[in-house]
Amino acid sequence: MILDKYPAVLQAVPGGKILLTTTDDFINLGRKYSIWPLTFGLACCAIEMMAAYASRFDFDRLGVIPRPSPRQADLMIIAGTFVKKMAAPVREIYHQMPEPRFVIAMGSCANCGGPFHDAYSVVKGVDKVIPVDVYIPGCPPRPEALIYGVMELQKKIMRMKLAKGGGATLQAEKGSRDPAGGA
Amino acid sequence: MSINPMNSTPIRSETSGLKTDTLFLNMGPQHPSTHGVLRLGLTISGEVIVEAMPDIGYLHRGVEKLLETRTYAQGVVLADRLDYCSAMSNDLAFCLSVEKLLGAQVPKRAQVLRVIMAELNRIASHLIFFGTYGIDIGAFTPFLYAFREREMVLDLFEMCCGARLTYNYIRPGGVASDINADWIARCREFLDFFKPRLDEYDTLLSFNPIFLVRTQTVGIITPKTAVAWGLSGPNLRASGVNYDVRQAEPYCGYEQYDFTVALGKTGSCWDRYFCRVVEMRQSVRIVEQALSRLASGEIMAKLPKVLRLPAGEAYSHIEASRGDLGVYIVSDGGLAPYRLHFRAPCFINLAILQEILVGKKVADVIAVLGSLDIVLGEVDR
Repeated sequence: MILDKYPAVLQAVPGGKILLTTTDDFINLGRKYSIWPLTFGLACCAIEMMAAYASRFDFDRLGVIPRPSPRQADLMIIAGTFVKKMAAPVREIYHQMPEPRFVIAMGSCANCGGPFHDAYSVVKGVDKVIPVDVYIPGCPPRPEALIYGVMELQKKIMRMKLAKGGGATLQAEKGSRDPAGGA
Repeated sequence: MSINPMNSTPIRSETSGLKTDTLFLNMGPQHPSTHGVLRLGLTISGEVIVEAMPDIGYLHRGVEKLLETRTYAQGVVLADRLDYCSAMSNDLAFCLSVEKLLGAQVPKRAQVLRVIMAELNRIASHLIFFGTYGIDIGAFTPFLYAFREREMVLDLFEMCCGARLTYNYIRPGGVASDINADWIARCREFLDFFKPRLDEYDTLLSFNPIFLVRTQTVGIITPKTAVAWGLSGPNLRASGVNYDVRQAEPYCGYEQYDFTVALGKTGSCWDRYFCRVVEMRQSVRIVEQALSRLASGEIMAKLPKVLRLPAGEAYSHIEASRGDLGVYIVSDGGLAPYRLHFRAPCFINLAILQEILVGKKVADVIAVLGSLDIVLGEVDR
């Protein structure tokens, strides 16, 4: 029964034919299970991301289906080393995505530069360019870690409020440094 | 004169009365089929490519410069992340070069272990190619099959060194850890499982009529062009040039193994694809032979904890999954290399796109690019 699964979200009206919920919960529930990430791999982590989509880990279970166009995507997984030449295209792609849009920084490189932190060409963390919702450590993180990251994002999505601008990154918990002043 | 859209030269206004122009099409760096962050600047006239210019550097991590600040043991970590689909081969090339300059003798068991790991990694790497090339051409199912088998190889790697993708297993002087009887049994189990799967792949993709039409007459590279552009690996052998470092300049005792080098006939996309499928079969053979000749012994040479290479230079190259991978070390006697250069096969294989894409249709770009099987981590370094 769906009520057992979401006791906090849904309430049954006596008689058992109607479920009551708030708009926020209803939209968030739908949003949570249809996260469509952009097929966008940068480096090594992209191979683990592909593995997460493939047979053994089967990302489809969470409603995560890769989309090749940023216009159809909700989530951008930054999987790999983020170098200076790539910064402008990534920002452009991010702004091409419709809101609400989410970003997962997958792996040490996307978090802080990782093993290439002292290279002249590497940006030390993708959060210097676009806001990030979930950081996944690892070099590269296992597909299980990526799935866990998406589950954490789902928890975040459940806290979204339409009235507060709709982004998963609430102002209070926004740790990212977006030079554009918050998208 | 009829207006022929197949004509590769722009139609002039004085002959047809129609004024046409070329179009610049930007492909990438975010494109699902560029296998990473490659940008292709395509100038097209109708459906036909007039000029193709690969634009690289979107994953330039400055590895060669970084290695000048890393010790040789730390260098393996960065070498891992060059061609991340076959990290074992990178480690091997790097360590062979270090050992050459050091004059170190690698124990026999370590050599056999290196061969096993490199060949298993070749299988894993070609499986990624098999899966993603299917997607490029429009067949999604092979991807799921390929990754099912690849996970088994990764399980084996995880069992012996704890990592799935970047192993740091082959170290200067030998290998990091030994394998046990359980591992050998699991490996044999995988090989027995994998051999019939290769026949399955042939029915699934290799001889699929649509796949054949999309690839068999597309992207033909003549042996002369292939050699002129310095191709290596399956891309070169698909053109019929018999050059495999494992046989031309054997390392790690490859001369003792019995395997045949897969050669193509025409140098088309399909030949490049099929060379890799055949190579997987040969890799299975090599691993089987290596497992049977695995004698007990040391896995690490007696080397000082902190490696200090004598001043000088060394170059050694191996047959990695994507071609002839060479590592050139110049040492000034310090803890880190003075200069280190990778002869990255992907970088050199990519350059030929400029020549072979010209005159092809837009729809063939992906087929040709995918068949070269590039990894951007190695292209940009």
